[in-house]
Amino acid sequence: MSDIAIKLLLSCGTLAGAFGIAGLLTWVERKQSAVMQDRIGANRATIFGFKALGLFHAIADFLKMLSKEEFIPQGANKFLFNLAPYLSFTFALVAFAAIPIGDRLIVGIRTIDLQAANLNIALIFIFAMMSMGVYGVVLAGVSSNNNYAFLGSMRAAAQMIAYEITMGAAIMGVIMVFNTLDLQMLVHREGAYMLGGWLPKWGIFVQPLAFILFLTAAAAETKRTPFDLPEGEAEIIGYFVEYSGMKFGMFFLADLIETVLVAALMTTLFLGGWQVPYLLPDGFYFPWGGHIALSNIPVVLLGILSFFIKVSFFIWLLMSVRWTFPRFRYDQLMNLGWKVLLPASLVNIALTAVVIILLK
Amino acid sequence: MDNPNQKRRQELEKYFDVQGPFAFLRLAQMKRAWRQGNRRQLTWWENTYIPTLISGIWLTSKHFFRNLGFHILHLVGLCKDVRAAVTYQYPEQKRPLGLRLRTRHRLTKREDDSPRCVACMMCETVCPARCIEITAAEHPDPNIEKYPAEFILDLGKCVYCGFCVEVCPEDAIRMDTGILNTSEYSRESMIYNKKRLMEE
Repeated sequence: MSDIAIKLLLSCGTLAGAFGIAGLLTWVERKQSAVMQDRIGANRATIFGFKALGLFHAIADFLKMLSKEEFIPQGANKFLFNLAPYLSFTFALVAFAAIPIGDRLIVGIRTIDLQAANLNIALIFIFAMMSMGVYGVVLAGVSSNNNYAFLGSMRAAAQMIAYEITMGAAIMGVIMVFNTLDLQMLVHREGAYMLGGWLPKWGIFVQPLAFILFLTAAAAETKRTPFDLPEGEAEIIGYFVEYSGMKFGMFFLADLIETVLVAALMTTLFLGGWQVPYLLPDGFYFPWGGHIALSNIPVVLLGILSFFIKVSFFIWLLMSVRWTFPRFRYDQLMNLGWKVLLPASLVNIALTAVVIILLK
Repeated sequence: MDNPNQKRRQELEKYFDVQGPFAFLRLAQMKRAWRQGNRRQLTWWENTYIPTLISGIWLTSKHFFRNLGFHILHLVGLCKDVRAAVTYQYPEQKRPLGLRLRTRHRLTKREDDSPRCVACMMCETVCPARCIEITAAEHPDPNIEKYPAEFILDLGKCVYCGFCVEVCPEDAIRMDTGILNTSEYSRESMIYNKKRLMEE
Protein backbone atom coordinates (compact mmCIF):
# COMPACT_ATOMS: atom_id res chain seq x y z
CA MET A 1 0.00 0.00 0.00
CA SER A 2 2.66 2.48 0.98
CA ASP A 3 4.59 1.47 -2.14
CA ILE A 4 1.68 2.66 -4.24
CA ALA A 5 1.46 5.87 -2.21
CA ILE A 6 5.17 6.53 -2.72
CA LYS A 7 4.88 5.85 -6.45
CA LEU A 8 1.86 8.14 -6.68
CA LEU A 9 3.68 10.88 -4.82
CA LEU A 10 6.72 10.50 -7.05
CA SER A 11 4.76 10.52 -10.29
CA CYS A 12 2.65 13.48 -9.13
CA GLY A 13 5.83 15.30 -8.19
CA THR A 14 7.46 14.59 -11.56
CA LEU A 15 4.28 15.55 -13.43
CA ALA A 16 3.85 18.75 -11.44
CA GLY A 17 7.50 19.60 -11.93
CA ALA A 18 7.40 19.04 -15.68
CA PHE A 19 4.12 20.87 -16.00
CA GLY A 20 5.21 23.74 -13.81
CA ILE A 21 8.48 24.24 -15.63
CA ALA A 22 6.71 24.08 -19.00
CA GLY A 23 4.19 26.68 -17.84
CA LEU A 24 6.99 28.85 -16.58
CA LEU A 25 8.71 28.52 -19.94
CA THR A 26 6.13 30.78 -21.57
CA TRP A 27 7.46 33.46 -19.24
CA VAL A 28 11.09 32.40 -19.70
CA GLU A 29 10.70 32.50 -23.46
CA ARG A 30 9.30 36.02 -23.44
CA LYS A 31 11.75 37.38 -20.93
CA GLN A 32 14.84 35.69 -22.30
CA SER A 33 14.14 36.75 -25.84
CA ALA A 34 13.47 40.26 -24.58
CA VAL A 35 16.64 40.49 -22.54
CA MET A 36 18.85 39.17 -25.32
CA GLN A 37 17.28 41.61 -27.78
CA ASP A 38 17.79 44.59 -25.42
CA ARG A 39 14.07 44.79 -24.63
CA ILE A 40 12.19 44.43 -21.36
CA GLY A 41 9.48 41.97 -22.31
CA ALA A 42 5.96 41.34 -21.12
CA ASN A 43 5.44 43.27 -17.87
CA ARG A 44 1.92 44.71 -18.02
CA ALA A 45 -0.24 42.06 -16.37
CA THR A 46 -0.88 43.10 -12.78
CA ILE A 47 -2.74 41.61 -9.84
CA PHE A 48 -3.48 44.24 -7.18
CA GLY A 49 -0.72 46.41 -8.57
CA PHE A 50 1.93 43.67 -8.39
CA LYS A 51 3.74 42.92 -11.60
CA ALA A 52 6.01 40.10 -10.39
CA LEU A 53 8.36 40.60 -13.37
CA GLY A 54 5.57 39.72 -15.77
CA LEU A 55 4.92 36.27 -14.31
CA PHE A 56 1.18 36.90 -14.35
CA HIS A 57 1.20 36.89 -18.13
CA ALA A 58 1.31 33.09 -18.02
CA ILE A 59 -1.91 33.10 -15.97
CA ALA A 60 -3.47 35.72 -18.22
CA ASP A 61 -2.62 33.61 -21.27
CA PHE A 62 -4.09 30.52 -19.68
CA LEU A 63 -7.33 32.32 -18.84
CA LYS A 64 -7.52 33.78 -22.33
CA MET A 65 -7.03 30.36 -23.92
CA LEU A 66 -9.70 28.81 -21.71
CA SER A 67 -12.26 31.50 -22.42
CA LYS A 68 -11.87 31.46 -26.20
CA GLU A 69 -14.25 29.74 -28.56
CA GLU A 70 -13.29 26.19 -29.51
CA PHE A 71 -13.74 26.11 -33.23
CA ILE A 72 -14.05 22.93 -35.26
CA PRO A 73 -13.84 23.52 -39.01
CA GLN A 74 -16.42 22.16 -41.40
CA GLY A 75 -15.49 18.79 -42.85
CA ALA A 76 -13.02 18.03 -40.09
CA ASN A 77 -12.97 14.61 -38.52
CA LYS A 78 -14.30 15.65 -35.12
CA PHE A 79 -13.01 12.68 -33.16
CA LEU A 80 -9.47 12.86 -34.44
CA PHE A 81 -9.51 16.64 -34.36
CA ASN A 82 -10.33 16.60 -30.67
CA LEU A 83 -7.99 13.71 -29.94
CA ALA A 84 -4.86 15.14 -31.57
CA PRO A 85 -3.87 17.79 -29.00
CA TYR A 86 -4.31 15.28 -26.16
CA LEU A 87 -2.06 12.78 -27.91
CA SER A 88 0.70 15.26 -28.48
CA PHE A 89 0.37 16.62 -24.95
CA THR A 90 -0.01 13.38 -23.02
CA PHE A 91 2.83 11.47 -24.62
CA ALA A 92 5.22 14.33 -24.04
CA LEU A 93 4.27 14.26 -20.34
CA VAL A 94 4.29 10.47 -19.96
CA ALA A 95 7.90 10.28 -21.11
CA PHE A 96 8.97 12.06 -17.93
CA ALA A 97 8.08 8.95 -15.94
CA ALA A 98 11.32 7.23 -16.87
CA ILE A 99 13.68 10.10 -16.13
CA PRO A 100 15.56 9.76 -12.86
CA ILE A 101 15.43 13.01 -10.95
CA GLY A 102 17.54 12.02 -7.97
CA ASP A 103 19.67 9.46 -6.18
CA ARG A 104 18.36 6.69 -3.93
CA LEU A 105 16.55 8.17 -0.97
CA ILE A 106 16.72 6.04 2.17
CA VAL A 107 13.70 6.40 4.45
CA GLY A 108 13.82 3.96 7.34
CA ILE A 109 14.18 0.52 5.80
CA ARG A 110 13.05 1.61 2.36
CA THR A 111 15.24 2.73 -0.53
CA ILE A 112 13.32 4.88 -2.95
CA ASP A 113 14.64 5.46 -6.44
CA LEU A 114 13.69 9.02 -7.33
CA GLN A 115 12.28 7.97 -10.68
CA ALA A 116 8.55 7.69 -11.32
CA ALA A 117 8.93 4.36 -13.10
CA ASN A 118 12.16 2.40 -12.81
CA LEU A 119 12.02 0.57 -16.08
CA ASN A 120 14.99 -1.36 -17.31
CA ILE A 121 14.17 -0.14 -20.82
CA ALA A 122 13.64 3.49 -19.80
CA LEU A 123 15.43 4.90 -22.82
CA ILE A 124 13.37 2.88 -25.27
CA PHE A 125 10.22 3.84 -23.41
CA ILE A 126 11.07 7.55 -23.70
CA PHE A 127 11.82 7.25 -27.39
CA ALA A 128 8.59 5.37 -27.97
CA MET A 129 6.62 8.08 -26.22
CA MET A 130 8.36 10.82 -28.15
CA SER A 131 7.56 9.06 -31.41
CA MET A 132 3.94 8.67 -30.35
CA GLY A 133 3.82 12.42 -29.91
CA VAL A 134 4.29 12.73 -33.67
CA TYR A 135 0.88 11.08 -34.12
CA GLY A 136 -0.73 14.06 -32.42
CA VAL A 137 0.91 16.43 -34.85
CA VAL A 138 0.12 14.35 -37.92
CA LEU A 139 -3.48 13.71 -36.89
CA ALA A 140 -4.00 17.40 -36.16
CA GLY A 141 -2.97 18.28 -39.68
CA VAL A 142 -4.82 15.47 -41.41
CA SER A 143 -8.08 15.78 -39.49
CA SER A 144 -8.56 19.54 -39.75
CA ASN A 145 -9.45 19.50 -43.46
CA ASN A 146 -7.10 22.32 -44.30
CA ASN A 147 -4.40 22.17 -46.93
CA TYR A 148 -1.95 24.23 -44.95
CA ALA A 149 -2.44 22.14 -41.83
CA PHE A 150 -1.97 19.03 -43.97
CA LEU A 151 1.24 20.43 -45.42
CA GLY A 152 2.44 21.25 -41.92
CA SER A 153 1.78 17.75 -40.67
CA MET A 154 3.50 16.20 -43.69
CA ARG A 155 6.55 18.31 -42.96
CA ALA A 156 6.34 17.34 -39.31
CA ALA A 157 6.24 13.65 -40.20
CA ALA A 158 9.22 13.94 -42.56
CA GLN A 159 11.22 15.99 -40.09
CA MET A 160 10.47 13.77 -37.11
CA ILE A 161 11.47 10.62 -38.99
CA ALA A 162 14.68 12.21 -40.21
CA TYR A 163 15.72 13.51 -36.84
CA GLU A 164 14.49 10.70 -34.63
CA ILE A 165 16.72 8.27 -36.50
CA THR A 166 19.67 10.53 -35.81
CA MET A 167 18.62 10.85 -32.19
CA GLY A 168 18.40 7.10 -31.77
CA ALA A 169 21.70 6.54 -33.56
CA ALA A 170 23.39 9.26 -31.50
CA ILE A 171 22.45 7.69 -28.18
CA MET A 172 23.63 4.29 -29.42
CA GLY A 173 27.15 5.46 -28.60
CA VAL A 174 26.13 6.36 -25.07
CA ILE A 175 24.37 3.03 -24.60
CA MET A 176 27.47 1.20 -25.81
CA VAL A 177 29.72 3.07 -23.40
CA PHE A 178 27.50 2.68 -20.34
CA ASN A 179 26.14 -0.68 -21.40
CA THR A 180 22.60 -0.18 -20.12
CA LEU A 181 19.17 1.10 -21.14
CA ASP A 182 18.11 1.75 -17.57
CA LEU A 183 18.50 5.46 -17.03
CA GLN A 184 18.97 5.26 -13.27
CA MET A 185 21.76 2.73 -13.74
CA LEU A 186 23.18 4.83 -16.55
CA VAL A 187 23.36 7.84 -14.24
CA HIS A 188 24.99 5.68 -11.56
CA ARG A 189 27.61 4.58 -14.07
CA GLU A 190 28.16 8.20 -15.06
CA GLY A 191 29.32 8.74 -11.48
CA ALA A 192 32.64 7.04 -12.25
CA TYR A 193 35.78 9.10 -12.83
CA MET A 194 38.43 9.21 -15.51
CA LEU A 195 41.89 10.80 -15.82
CA GLY A 196 42.99 9.89 -12.32
CA GLY A 197 39.73 10.88 -10.70
CA TRP A 198 39.60 14.42 -12.05
CA LEU A 199 37.09 14.13 -14.87
CA PRO A 200 33.64 12.66 -14.21
CA LYS A 201 32.65 10.01 -16.74
CA TRP A 202 29.74 12.02 -18.09
CA GLY A 203 28.31 11.37 -21.53
CA ILE A 204 29.55 14.69 -22.87
CA PHE A 205 33.17 13.74 -22.10
CA VAL A 206 33.06 10.20 -23.42
CA GLN A 207 30.75 10.93 -26.38
CA PRO A 208 31.26 14.57 -27.47
CA LEU A 209 30.20 13.96 -31.07
CA ALA A 210 27.04 12.16 -29.95
CA PHE A 211 26.30 15.12 -27.72
CA ILE A 212 26.43 17.60 -30.60
CA LEU A 213 24.34 15.33 -32.82
CA PHE A 214 21.81 14.71 -30.09
CA LEU A 215 21.58 18.42 -29.30
CA THR A 216 20.83 19.23 -32.93
CA ALA A 217 18.33 16.41 -33.35
CA ALA A 218 16.69 17.29 -30.05
CA ALA A 219 16.29 20.90 -31.09
CA ALA A 220 14.62 19.60 -34.25
CA GLU A 221 12.44 17.31 -32.16
CA THR A 222 10.95 20.23 -30.23
CA LYS A 223 9.78 21.80 -33.53
CA ARG A 224 11.04 25.22 -32.51
CA THR A 225 12.64 27.88 -34.60
CA PRO A 226 15.71 26.73 -36.40
CA PHE A 227 13.62 23.65 -37.20
CA ASP A 228 10.08 25.04 -37.09
CA LEU A 229 9.11 23.88 -40.57
CA PRO A 230 5.98 22.04 -39.33
CA GLU A 231 4.77 25.29 -37.81
CA GLY A 232 6.25 27.69 -40.32
CA GLU A 233 4.71 30.72 -38.67
CA ALA A 234 5.72 32.95 -41.54
CA GLU A 235 4.07 30.95 -44.31
CA ILE A 236 1.76 28.01 -43.58
CA ILE A 237 1.02 28.47 -39.84
CA GLY A 238 1.37 24.73 -39.67
CA TYR A 239 -0.50 21.73 -38.40
CA PHE A 240 -2.44 23.63 -35.73
CA VAL A 241 -3.74 26.38 -37.98
CA GLU A 242 -7.37 25.37 -37.36
CA TYR A 243 -7.08 25.04 -33.60
CA SER A 244 -8.24 27.68 -31.18
CA GLY A 245 -8.67 28.07 -27.47
CA MET A 246 -7.10 25.62 -25.09
CA LYS A 247 -6.55 23.00 -27.79
CA PHE A 248 -4.14 25.36 -29.48
CA GLY A 249 -2.75 26.06 -26.02
CA MET A 250 -2.11 22.35 -25.57
CA PHE A 251 -0.06 22.17 -28.76
CA PHE A 252 1.81 25.22 -27.62
CA LEU A 253 2.41 23.71 -24.21
CA ALA A 254 3.36 20.35 -25.75
CA ASP A 255 6.23 22.07 -27.56
CA LEU A 256 7.43 23.55 -24.29
CA ILE A 257 7.03 20.25 -22.43
CA GLU A 258 9.08 18.62 -25.18
CA THR A 259 11.73 21.27 -24.63
CA VAL A 260 11.86 20.38 -20.95
CA LEU A 261 11.85 16.67 -21.79
CA VAL A 262 14.68 17.00 -24.23
CA ALA A 263 16.64 19.11 -21.74
CA ALA A 264 16.08 16.48 -19.04
CA LEU A 265 17.08 13.70 -21.41
CA MET A 266 20.25 15.52 -22.44
CA THR A 267 21.06 16.10 -18.80
CA THR A 268 20.57 12.44 -18.00
CA LEU A 269 22.50 11.09 -20.95
CA PHE A 270 25.29 13.60 -21.32
CA LEU A 271 25.65 15.70 -18.19
CA GLY A 272 25.48 13.04 -15.53
CA GLY A 273 21.84 13.45 -14.53
CA TRP A 274 21.67 14.14 -10.83
CA GLN A 275 25.39 13.53 -10.30
CA VAL A 276 27.27 16.30 -8.54
CA PRO A 277 30.99 16.32 -9.39
CA TYR A 278 33.01 14.46 -6.71
CA LEU A 279 29.89 13.71 -4.64
CA LEU A 280 29.60 10.05 -3.68
CA PRO A 281 26.73 8.59 -1.62
CA ASP A 282 28.51 9.42 1.64
CA GLY A 283 29.92 12.87 0.86
CA PHE A 284 32.38 14.76 -1.28
CA TYR A 285 35.70 13.12 -2.18
CA PHE A 286 37.81 15.70 -3.95
CA PRO A 287 40.62 14.50 -6.22
CA TRP A 288 43.04 16.80 -4.34
CA GLY A 289 42.35 14.84 -1.18
CA GLY A 290 39.60 16.72 0.59
CA HIS A 291 36.62 14.94 2.10
CA ILE A 292 33.32 16.32 3.38
CA ALA A 293 31.04 13.72 4.93
CA LEU A 294 27.33 14.12 4.19
CA SER A 295 24.34 12.00 5.16
CA ASN A 296 21.85 10.59 2.69
CA ILE A 297 19.25 13.38 2.63
CA PRO A 298 21.56 16.33 1.81
CA VAL A 299 23.23 14.18 -0.85
CA VAL A 300 19.86 13.47 -2.46
CA LEU A 301 18.80 17.11 -2.22
CA LEU A 302 22.09 18.23 -3.78
CA GLY A 303 21.48 15.69 -6.54
CA ILE A 304 18.00 17.03 -7.27
CA LEU A 305 19.36 20.58 -7.23
CA SER A 306 22.14 19.61 -9.62
CA PHE A 307 19.64 17.92 -11.93
CA PHE A 308 17.49 21.04 -11.87
CA ILE A 309 20.43 23.35 -12.60
CA LYS A 310 21.58 21.21 -15.51
CA VAL A 311 18.06 21.07 -16.96
CA SER A 312 17.81 24.85 -16.61
CA PHE A 313 21.09 25.24 -18.44
CA PHE A 314 19.86 23.12 -21.35
CA ILE A 315 16.56 24.98 -21.44
CA TRP A 316 18.52 28.22 -21.56
CA LEU A 317 20.63 26.83 -24.39
CA LEU A 318 17.61 25.64 -26.38
CA MET A 319 15.91 28.99 -25.87
CA SER A 320 19.05 30.83 -26.97
CA VAL A 321 19.21 28.67 -30.06
CA ARG A 322 15.56 29.33 -30.76
CA TRP A 323 15.99 33.10 -30.48
CA THR A 324 19.34 33.35 -32.25
CA PHE A 325 19.18 31.40 -35.47
CA PRO A 326 17.03 31.89 -38.53
CA ARG A 327 15.19 28.86 -39.76
CA PHE A 328 16.33 26.33 -42.27
CA ARG A 329 14.89 25.99 -45.71
CA TYR A 330 13.11 22.67 -46.18
CA ASP A 331 15.78 21.17 -48.43
CA GLN A 332 18.52 22.36 -46.07
CA LEU A 333 16.69 20.70 -43.21
CA MET A 334 16.49 17.39 -45.05
CA ASN A 335 20.11 17.67 -46.20
CA LEU A 336 21.26 18.30 -42.67
CA GLY A 337 19.21 15.43 -41.29
CA TRP A 338 19.95 12.73 -43.83
CA LYS A 339 23.30 13.69 -45.33
CA VAL A 340 25.14 15.15 -42.34
CA LEU A 341 23.68 14.08 -39.01
CA LEU A 342 22.75 10.50 -39.85
CA PRO A 343 26.15 9.52 -41.40
CA ALA A 344 27.93 11.32 -38.58
CA SER A 345 25.98 9.39 -35.97
CA LEU A 346 26.72 6.11 -37.77
CA VAL A 347 30.40 7.00 -37.85
CA ASN A 348 30.16 7.74 -34.15
CA ILE A 349 28.74 4.28 -33.48
CA ALA A 350 31.53 2.63 -35.48
CA LEU A 351 34.23 4.71 -33.77
CA THR A 352 32.81 3.99 -30.34
CA ALA A 353 32.73 0.26 -31.08
CA VAL A 354 36.35 0.28 -32.24
CA VAL A 355 37.52 2.26 -29.23
CA ILE A 356 35.63 0.01 -26.80
CA ILE A 357 37.19 -3.09 -28.31
CA LEU A 358 40.66 -1.52 -28.30
CA LEU A 359 40.33 -0.52 -24.65
CA LYS A 360 39.31 -3.99 -23.57
CA MET B 1 42.45 42.86 -72.75
CA ASP B 2 40.61 45.70 -71.01
CA ASN B 3 37.49 43.59 -70.95
CA PRO B 4 36.80 43.04 -67.20
CA ASN B 5 35.17 39.67 -67.90
CA GLN B 6 38.26 38.38 -69.68
CA LYS B 7 40.47 39.69 -66.91
CA ARG B 8 38.37 38.00 -64.27
CA ARG B 9 38.39 34.75 -66.23
CA GLN B 10 42.17 34.77 -66.33
CA GLU B 11 42.28 35.50 -62.61
CA LEU B 12 39.98 32.58 -61.89
CA GLU B 13 41.92 30.26 -64.18
CA LYS B 14 45.08 31.18 -62.37
CA TYR B 15 43.41 30.83 -58.98
CA PHE B 16 41.91 27.42 -59.66
CA ASP B 17 44.89 26.20 -61.74
CA VAL B 18 42.80 24.57 -64.48
CA GLN B 19 45.76 22.88 -66.18
CA GLY B 20 46.41 19.85 -63.94
CA PRO B 21 45.13 16.23 -64.26
CA PHE B 22 42.00 16.81 -62.17
CA ALA B 23 41.27 20.05 -63.92
CA PHE B 24 37.70 19.04 -64.70
CA LEU B 25 36.87 19.08 -60.98
CA ARG B 26 38.30 22.52 -60.54
CA LEU B 27 36.64 23.68 -63.75
CA ALA B 28 33.22 23.02 -62.22
CA GLN B 29 34.31 24.91 -59.15
CA MET B 30 35.52 27.73 -61.32
CA LYS B 31 32.25 27.90 -63.19
CA ARG B 32 30.44 28.13 -59.90
CA ALA B 33 32.73 30.94 -58.78
CA TRP B 34 32.15 32.68 -62.11
CA ARG B 35 28.40 32.45 -61.66
CA GLN B 36 28.57 33.73 -58.12
CA GLY B 37 30.54 36.80 -59.16
CA ASN B 38 33.01 37.96 -56.59
CA ARG B 39 31.51 35.94 -53.76
CA ARG B 40 34.14 34.06 -51.83
CA GLN B 41 33.95 30.28 -51.73
CA LEU B 42 33.25 29.08 -48.22
CA THR B 43 35.88 26.86 -46.72
CA TRP B 44 35.03 23.42 -45.43
CA TRP B 45 35.09 24.61 -41.84
CA GLU B 46 32.72 27.47 -42.64
CA ASN B 47 30.42 25.06 -44.45
CA THR B 48 29.89 23.03 -41.27
CA TYR B 49 27.93 26.02 -39.86
CA ILE B 50 29.81 25.61 -36.61
CA PRO B 51 31.74 28.93 -36.59
CA THR B 52 28.63 30.94 -37.39
CA LEU B 53 26.58 29.01 -34.85
CA ILE B 54 29.11 29.72 -32.14
CA SER B 55 29.51 33.38 -33.03
CA GLY B 56 25.72 33.78 -33.14
CA ILE B 57 25.17 32.23 -29.73
CA TRP B 58 28.14 34.20 -28.40
CA LEU B 59 26.64 37.49 -29.56
CA THR B 60 23.17 36.92 -28.16
CA SER B 61 24.57 35.48 -24.94
CA LYS B 62 26.74 38.56 -24.47
CA HIS B 63 23.66 40.75 -24.74
CA PHE B 64 21.68 38.38 -22.51
CA PHE B 65 24.14 38.27 -19.64
CA ARG B 66 25.03 41.94 -19.81
CA ASN B 67 21.38 43.02 -19.77
CA LEU B 68 20.45 40.42 -17.16
CA GLY B 69 23.22 41.71 -14.89
CA PHE B 70 22.08 45.30 -15.22
CA HIS B 71 18.42 44.34 -14.73
CA ILE B 72 19.37 42.64 -11.46
CA LEU B 73 21.46 45.66 -10.39
CA HIS B 74 18.49 47.92 -11.16
CA LEU B 75 16.26 45.76 -8.99
CA VAL B 76 18.59 46.33 -6.03
CA GLY B 77 18.85 49.99 -6.96
CA LEU B 78 22.37 50.16 -8.42
CA CYS B 79 23.70 51.50 -11.73
CA LYS B 80 20.42 53.19 -12.54
CA ASP B 81 22.09 55.37 -15.18
CA VAL B 82 23.21 52.38 -17.29
CA ARG B 83 20.35 51.21 -19.44
CA ALA B 84 19.68 47.48 -19.66
CA ALA B 85 17.15 47.86 -22.49
CA VAL B 86 17.02 50.24 -25.40
CA THR B 87 13.22 50.39 -25.37
CA TYR B 88 11.00 53.06 -23.82
CA GLN B 89 8.06 52.01 -21.67
CA TYR B 90 5.83 54.18 -23.78
CA PRO B 91 2.83 55.64 -22.00
CA GLU B 92 4.83 56.24 -18.82
CA GLN B 93 8.16 57.02 -20.37
CA LYS B 94 8.28 59.11 -23.52
CA ARG B 95 11.04 59.39 -26.02
CA PRO B 96 12.72 62.80 -26.31
CA LEU B 97 11.40 64.40 -29.49
CA GLY B 98 13.48 66.19 -32.08
CA LEU B 99 13.29 69.99 -31.83
CA ARG B 100 12.03 70.34 -35.39
CA LEU B 101 9.61 67.41 -35.27
CA ARG B 102 6.16 68.33 -36.58
CA THR B 103 3.57 67.25 -34.04
CA ARG B 104 -0.06 68.26 -33.45
CA HIS B 105 -0.92 71.86 -34.34
CA ARG B 106 -1.82 74.64 -31.95
CA LEU B 107 -3.01 78.21 -32.44
CA THR B 108 -0.82 80.72 -30.66
CA LYS B 109 -2.42 83.42 -28.54
CA ARG B 110 -2.13 87.14 -28.04
CA GLU B 111 -1.65 88.58 -24.57
CA ASP B 112 -5.42 88.70 -24.07
CA ASP B 113 -5.77 85.00 -24.96
CA SER B 114 -7.41 85.68 -28.31
CA PRO B 115 -5.91 83.87 -31.31
CA ARG B 116 -3.00 85.52 -33.05
CA CYS B 117 -4.51 84.43 -36.34
CA VAL B 118 -5.75 87.21 -38.65
CA ALA B 119 -7.72 84.90 -40.91
CA CYS B 120 -5.59 85.70 -43.94
CA MET B 121 -6.40 82.28 -45.40
CA MET B 122 -2.78 81.61 -46.35
CA CYS B 123 -2.71 78.27 -44.55
CA GLU B 124 -6.05 77.24 -45.96
CA THR B 125 -4.77 78.07 -49.44
CA VAL B 126 -1.42 76.32 -49.13
CA CYS B 127 -2.71 73.20 -47.40
CA PRO B 128 -2.20 70.28 -49.83
CA ALA B 129 -4.67 68.10 -47.95
CA ARG B 130 -7.25 70.88 -47.66
CA CYS B 131 -7.82 70.12 -44.05
CA ILE B 132 -8.05 73.71 -42.77
CA GLU B 133 -11.28 75.64 -42.99
CA ILE B 134 -11.35 79.19 -41.61
CA THR B 135 -14.45 81.31 -41.12
CA ALA B 136 -13.27 84.93 -41.00
CA ALA B 137 -14.98 87.71 -39.10
CA GLU B 138 -14.39 91.41 -38.54
CA HIS B 139 -12.22 92.16 -35.54
CA PRO B 140 -13.49 94.91 -33.17
CA ASP B 141 -9.97 96.33 -32.88
CA PRO B 142 -9.40 98.56 -35.94
CA ASN B 143 -5.67 97.72 -35.92
CA ILE B 144 -6.44 94.08 -36.61
CA GLU B 145 -8.41 93.53 -39.75
CA LYS B 146 -9.97 90.10 -39.21
CA TYR B 147 -9.98 87.20 -36.79
CA PRO B 148 -11.06 83.56 -37.22
CA ALA B 149 -14.60 83.15 -35.98
CA GLU B 150 -13.97 79.41 -36.42
CA PHE B 151 -10.82 77.55 -37.29
CA ILE B 152 -11.46 73.96 -38.28
CA LEU B 153 -8.54 71.60 -38.74
CA ASP B 154 -9.33 68.03 -39.74
CA LEU B 155 -6.48 65.89 -38.42
CA GLY B 156 -7.96 62.93 -40.24
CA LYS B 157 -6.96 64.61 -43.49
CA CYS B 158 -3.82 66.43 -42.34
CA VAL B 159 -0.56 65.09 -43.79
CA TYR B 160 1.66 66.89 -41.27
CA CYS B 161 3.60 68.64 -44.04
CA GLY B 162 3.99 71.81 -41.98
CA PHE B 163 3.25 74.17 -44.92
CA CYS B 164 0.67 76.03 -42.80
CA VAL B 165 3.35 76.81 -40.24
CA GLU B 166 5.81 77.88 -42.93
CA VAL B 167 3.35 80.13 -44.67
CA CYS B 168 1.79 81.85 -41.65
CA PRO B 169 2.76 85.56 -41.62
CA GLU B 170 1.69 86.01 -38.01
CA ASP B 171 3.28 82.96 -36.38
CA ALA B 172 -0.27 82.05 -35.43
CA ILE B 173 -0.13 78.31 -36.07
CA ARG B 174 2.63 76.07 -34.82
CA MET B 175 3.26 72.34 -34.76
CA ASP B 176 5.24 72.13 -31.54
CA THR B 177 2.87 70.64 -28.99
CA GLY B 178 4.74 67.33 -28.88
CA ILE B 179 1.40 65.52 -28.99
CA LEU B 180 1.62 62.39 -31.12
CA ASN B 181 -1.26 60.27 -29.88
CA THR B 182 -4.09 61.99 -31.71
CA SER B 183 -6.11 58.83 -32.21
CA GLU B 184 -9.87 58.94 -31.70
CA TYR B 185 -12.78 56.55 -31.97
CA SER B 186 -14.62 58.48 -34.73
CA ARG B 187 -13.76 60.65 -37.70
CA GLU B 188 -15.80 63.49 -36.24
CA SER B 189 -13.63 63.72 -33.18
CA MET B 190 -10.55 63.99 -35.39
CA ILE B 191 -11.87 67.40 -36.45
CA TYR B 192 -10.37 70.07 -34.22
CA ASN B 193 -12.04 73.44 -33.78
CA LYS B 194 -10.55 76.71 -32.60
CA LYS B 195 -11.16 75.98 -28.96
CA ARG B 196 -9.44 72.60 -29.04
CA LEU B 197 -6.52 73.98 -31.02
CA MET B 198 -5.97 76.72 -28.47
CA GLU B 199 -6.05 74.44 -25.44
CA GLU B 200 -2.68 73.76 -23.98
